[in-house]
Amino acid sequence: MSLIEVRNVSKQFGGLAALTDVSFVLNKGEILGLIGPNGAGKTTMFNVINGFYPPTKGDVLLKGEKVSNLKPHVLCKLGVARTFQVVKPLQRMSTLDNVIASAFIRTKSKAQAEEISMEVLKFTNLYEDRMFISKGLPLGKRKRLEIARALATKPEIILLDESFAGLNPTEINEQIEIVNKIRTDKGITILIIEHHMRVIMSISDRIVVLSYGQKIAEGTPLEIGRNPVVIEAYLGEAHNA
Amino acid sequence: MAQLELFLQTLISGFLLGGLYALIALGMALIMGVMRVINLAHGDFMMIAMYIAYWLFTFFGIDPYVSVFIAAPAMFLFGLGIQKYLLTPVMKVDSILPHNQVILTVGLAMVFSNLATVFFTGDYRSTPVSYASSAWYLTDFWKNSPVELSLSMPWTLSFIIAVMITIALWIFLTKTDTGKSIRATSQDLDAALLMGVNVNWVRMVTFGIGLVLVAVAGCLFLPIYYLYPALGKQFTNIGFVIAVIGGMGSTDGAIIGGLILGIFESMTATYIGMGWAPAGRFSIFVAALVFLPGGVASILRKRRLGK
Amino acid sequence: MKKFLPLIVFALLCIVPFFGLSTYVMHILILVLIWSVIGMGWNILGGYTGQVSFGHAAFFGMGAYAAGLLYQHLGISAWWGLPVCVLILTALSLIVGYICLRLRGAYFALATLALGEICRVAAENLVDFTKGNMGIMLRERTWVDKTWYFYIILLIAAGTYILIKMVMESKLGYYFVAIREDQDAAESLGINTTFYKTISLCISGVLTGIAGAYYMNYMGYIDPSTVFPLSEVSIATVVVVMVGGAATYWGPIVGAVIMVFLAEEIRSIPFIGAAHQTIFGIILILIIMFLPNGIVGDFRKLIKPLSRAKRECHHEFN
Repeated sequence: MSLIEVRNVSKQFGGLAALTDVSFVLNKGEILGLIGPNGAGKTTMFNVINGFYPPTKGDVLLKGEKVSNLKPHVLCKLGVARTFQVVKPLQRMSTLDNVIASAFIRTKSKAQAEEISMEVLKFTNLYEDRMFISKGLPLGKRKRLEIARALATKPEIILLDESFAGLNPTEINEQIEIVNKIRTDKGITILIIEHHMRVIMSISDRIVVLSYGQKIAEGTPLEIGRNPVVIEAYLGEAHNA
Repeated sequence: MAQLELFLQTLISGFLLGGLYALIALGMALIMGVMRVINLAHGDFMMIAMYIAYWLFTFFGIDPYVSVFIAAPAMFLFGLGIQKYLLTPVMKVDSILPHNQVILTVGLAMVFSNLATVFFTGDYRSTPVSYASSAWYLTDFWKNSPVELSLSMPWTLSFIIAVMITIALWIFLTKTDTGKSIRATSQDLDAALLMGVNVNWVRMVTFGIGLVLVAVAGCLFLPIYYLYPALGKQFTNIGFVIAVIGGMGSTDGAIIGGLILGIFESMTATYIGMGWAPAGRFSIFVAALVFLPGGVASILRKRRLGK
Repeated sequence: MKKFLPLIVFALLCIVPFFGLSTYVMHILILVLIWSVIGMGWNILGGYTGQVSFGHAAFFGMGAYAAGLLYQHLGISAWWGLPVCVLILTALSLIVGYICLRLRGAYFALATLALGEICRVAAENLVDFTKGNMGIMLRERTWVDKTWYFYIILLIAAGTYILIKMVMESKLGYYFVAIREDQDAAESLGINTTFYKTISLCISGVLTGIAGAYYMNYMGYIDPSTVFPLSEVSIATVVVVMVGGAATYWGPIVGAVIMVFLAEEIRSIPFIGAAHQTIFGIILILIIMFLPNGIVGDFRKLIKPLSRAKRECHHEFN
């Protein structure tokens, strides 16, 4: 069953086409990877799905309903949570308060919000850091805090934007474990943007490849790894660089 | 016919006023673009420049138009100092409140306007220049003109100088390296930093130039306006109203916004009443917020992209 | 101890009228409490929600005029202004919120600055309705003695303190702070930022308006230049909160105590008295540069050099 369907979405900023006629489907229970060279439009795709920008053309459907023009906070209530590539912790709040603030979306009582948050913090191995001001956390933990906050909104779908970038190998393994647990323990569907090839190949069920705002390939990690168009897109980038 | 004459006369004086307003707003827009700071002491800087010109006139008989060459450099140096010793250090301070640079300019405004009252009293002053009441008449040039219009000599002179300064600014911003750095910083701070622009220096120069513009405007206003310490607040209001009409930080928008506001105020004063001119100013401000949140600049931008 | 501090302060203030203080001292205390209420009101919006307002005189003046005009036109007691201004200021806040809270950045600060001026100009020019610069005067005061006035504003201040504490420890408070810290993050965490900013503005506006309505009753006279001025009310509010400490419970109160006493002291000094705005301006600038979170917010930073000095003294003695 498709949870999110992106149907012929285009997004233009002034004269610049960030996305051109992109379509794909996110099925319930899967981990879908979204990859592509720098500037391929991955984060723009997230911003469109998540409601920060309305698409110029095309639609985003959530369980068959059009949600293209809804605001991010409405989508969050409908069960779509996200993390940011450039982490956006609520700087002067403690780690716990960060999570509580997002847990309030499903409850009015502070006790309940705190309960949800404690559970999420344990789940993401941040429990020990709960009283620290989030600004002072190291990057790896701030990335996990992004995930913890998203989880506290009790989503059905979670959009992870480069949750592995800038982490060291130990942290990456820890993060992979958490992402896998999100699916297995919580049954949450995941759409993930990642540059780290080893990670994306090992955790995704399927992968969609964007290049210059267009979808150039879709398939299992194995198929994508062999796809000449994808290799060309990445090598092309390497050549230019 | 009298009606038409009145209307045209109002339109022309509004246009002249707008030219001077544009000069004030330009300085504000430059500062806003580069520093993302609304300078709420802008009018008070103008007031200081006006007092400089006023005392130069009173003691040395220097014409306000000549004082431009004294007041403007003085304000430039003053601007460099304020940016260097007050605004830049505050940028690094970590505080809960956003906009603390803006609040700092509010503090400056309080100090300046109050000190001016203490030292110069709240009296209304003006410079009795010899040409104050001379004017040009349309019938002097065109004998059979169906309408009679007059142009006050100092107003025209001030307007022409304002236009010249604006052109000079435009040349500076487009042709010189410093000017290009200023535009680069205002478009994309991070990119400018990466390109090796000395952003702190650019900020200082920008603040200095912002004050030069407002100082010039002050000297140009002196022969045609009264001077009193609380005048700063009024012109700060005018500056930020134009900034919103024109689009925050847009220099083109500031010029157009200045002309719009000048004409609009002149119309309100003629057709509704002098006391309501500030109210008119703010109603156009609210209208801009509601109907054109990006200001005139957002229309200009769309044009340019061909949409 | 810390938990009971508000109670102790409240209890102490309750018995103050029994000390037989002079009318002047009572007047100063009442002013401190009025400014605490305005400061706490501003703090909800500016300190906690991060939407700095330069136009709280609009809310203060609207409250004052609501009370004054009820008395003037309907002939009923100006105390009715307290409940009525809640309605009026909610309406005003909704309008202001709709116009400028959708926009980000400095628009809100500018719009509020303009709002204060719009209100002043309107009050000056709508002579038939507001009596313009003549102002509104209550022909008879409710009490000659200040005791009851003191208790009423004390109750208002205590109520405001409790309300803010309750709000800030609930969902609303978390949402306000989340919006201040990062609007994009808040939005994607399911927070309707425009809506909650408007709520914050409503609470802030109503509290400030109540202080205004009280001011009308207490002073017995208002005119546009006393209740709608930019520097004496709008900016003074920012100074009070900045000095005390934005986004702290006690900041506005501490700020009010300091600024009211300072204002009275400075005004009474000959020659320098005229320059009190300069002194406030300099205080504001110094606070921004060196104590950006105010006396309460940067308390640790303040006492650090002190305690270091103490420790050094200690060393010498040993």
